[in-house]
Amino acid sequence: MKIALFIPCYIDQFYPQVGIASLQLLQKLGYDVEFPLNQTCCGQPMANSGCERDSIAAARHFVEVFSGYDYIVGPSGSCVYFVRKHYHILPPSDALTQVQTRTLDICEFLYQIAGPEKIRAFFPAKVGLHASCHGLRGLHLGKGSELMGDAFSIQESLLHRVEGLELVPLDRSDECCGFGGTFSVSETAVSVKMGNDRVKDHLNHGAEVLTGGDMSCLMHLEGLIRRQKKNLRVMHIVEILNQTRA
Amino acid sequence: MNHSTEAKKFNRDELRTTWHDQTLWHVRQKRDAVAHAVPEWESLRELASQIKAHTLSRLDVYLEEFEKNATANGIQIHWAEDANAHNRIVADILQKHKVRKLVKSKSMLTEECHLNPFLEKQGIEVIDTDLGERIVQLAQEPPSHIVLPAIHKKKEEIGVLFHEKLGTEAGATDPQYLTEAARQHLRQQFLSADAALTGVNFAIAETGGFVVCTNEGNADMGVHLAPVHIASMGIEKLIPKLAHLGVFLRLLARSATGQPVTTYSSHFFRPVAGKEMHIILVDNGRTEQLGREDFRRSLHCIRCGACMNTCPVYRRSGGYSYGSTVPGPIGSILSPGIDLKKYSSLPFASTLCGSCSDVCPVKIDIHVQLYKWRQIIAEEGHLGKGKKLSMNMAGRLLGSQKAYQWAGKVGRMALRILPRFVIYNGLNPWGKDRELPVPPRQSFRDWYIKRENEK
Repeated sequence: MKIALFIPCYIDQFYPQVGIASLQLLQKLGYDVEFPLNQTCCGQPMANSGCERDSIAAARHFVEVFSGYDYIVGPSGSCVYFVRKHYHILPPSDALTQVQTRTLDICEFLYQIAGPEKIRAFFPAKVGLHASCHGLRGLHLGKGSELMGDAFSIQESLLHRVEGLELVPLDRSDECCGFGGTFSVSETAVSVKMGNDRVKDHLNHGAEVLTGGDMSCLMHLEGLIRRQKKNLRVMHIVEILNQTRA
Repeated sequence: MNHSTEAKKFNRDELRTTWHDQTLWHVRQKRDAVAHAVPEWESLRELASQIKAHTLSRLDVYLEEFEKNATANGIQIHWAEDANAHNRIVADILQKHKVRKLVKSKSMLTEECHLNPFLEKQGIEVIDTDLGERIVQLAQEPPSHIVLPAIHKKKEEIGVLFHEKLGTEAGATDPQYLTEAARQHLRQQFLSADAALTGVNFAIAETGGFVVCTNEGNADMGVHLAPVHIASMGIEKLIPKLAHLGVFLRLLARSATGQPVTTYSSHFFRPVAGKEMHIILVDNGRTEQLGREDFRRSLHCIRCGACMNTCPVYRRSGGYSYGSTVPGPIGSILSPGIDLKKYSSLPFASTLCGSCSDVCPVKIDIHVQLYKWRQIIAEEGHLGKGKKLSMNMAGRLLGSQKAYQWAGKVGRMALRILPRFVIYNGLNPWGKDRELPVPPRQSFRDWYIKRENEK
């Protein structure tokens, strides 16, 4: 099984440690992983701003770069969601269908393909999970609180495997953080208020670390936390799942 | 209008924003609790969605069936192409009966048609009899929410308003006292009204009857006392059979306020002997929306308001920030169909979190439609030149590996070496309240290549 590691553009540029943890985690589990050097971006930022056409070049490039792998795995529910749900902006082809169906969020891969029991991690801390919207309601990595039925969360299940980790409950288990791509700069007042409310919820429940599957949401929340000098560390979920006893 | 500008004003008072958010979140929680008590909730939603889709697919047929059956029941049917036609029909009926005072129960359609000012200009007194609507009417404001019209007002503010308009004690804030005062005031209005107007929650093609849901019984009070009953309905309120009604009644109140059912679900079939009953079937842009394949499902809406209560943006920007009769997520997909340019900021007043679509009892894919409106708004040139250009540049940059890598390197370096005031200033909306990420010297790609070379 050959896996291509998909590292979204902003993670590549600003959060290399998340890419490194993703790679190490998959390799630790014994997978043959490659990072295709030609990759850029999935194209989501333009499309969500109303300019789907400006995403076509990036999308076409993505399909070219990631064709031929058994799985394309990336640490971002949002970018994976865009590939899976919005790449109909490209003309239909076998390569497109293959890339779309084989692109998985890394938590999805760990849970469904690798199996959560394979996770061996140690991270003694009180952790609050931010369930990012595109992963939750888009990829159904868990059941959103709006829907009825039995609760489940792939990310929680993975975190439960981590020795020493205590998952703190939240008042609002899956409210949006207010990032929303260009929303964060075109609707700053609401975006910032939403983010502050999320941070407060985590702090009120004694979280020492705030984690999630989408670095974009975490970038927004971390930006607020750092500006206000709050005592809350922000880590991508793969960074936690990759921690072992020293 | 611009949602972002209005939202910024709303957020100037953070404590109030928090209060507004928590008040509506409480309604969402009540909805969750009662929905959980219905094991077949998700099947009900699916069924309701299918009934609506089916009805809309042959709306012309069902409308004519409804007209035929309602007419046979003795109800007078009127067709209104737009808001103006609707208002004129109402005025004509009122004129015929020399009506001086009209009592209205809750109807978002008459808000949409701006009926009150139209009638007031003709010297007719219009009294909204739903408590929330009466509050905003006394305050000379429009509703800020379709189910909870005065949700933006605190009880202290209502106390001041009632003191001024209804003569309650100064400084009174006890909800029971204030409600009782409104009740006594409204009794007088019901007794002295010459005609009553209601909305319609559901009209049934098979029977020619219709149903009005209220919690206060004000629709019944108005209708039973006045000699003339006018019911205004959007043409999408139709359902084929009486048997379908239960599906919607089970969903409506649970989704709207977290009640198992509205206190009153009043069925109307025919006028009482000696009285008149009229139904006005209003299009006002609905047929056009029906013709837009991507947006057709917005007509499933049963006006429960659940998407507003769940929307993290609505809760923190208030109903008025949308500048449209129907605010919130559903308003943001309906309004662009009415005036694309005027409402072009509304589809962007969302993070596309998708909560609205999952909470919707008739499964409208609201966030998908928001995304689609964005594409149309950009295409029609209502995006703003700066945004359009930057998206085009970003698209080109991200389509090429070399350009992307170069831009990333330069950007990170700039963030590292530039002094703080160059990065954090009025031109950087991100940085007003947030830090930018600390730029690493090495991108992941740099690290990966170095590691591969060392192997």
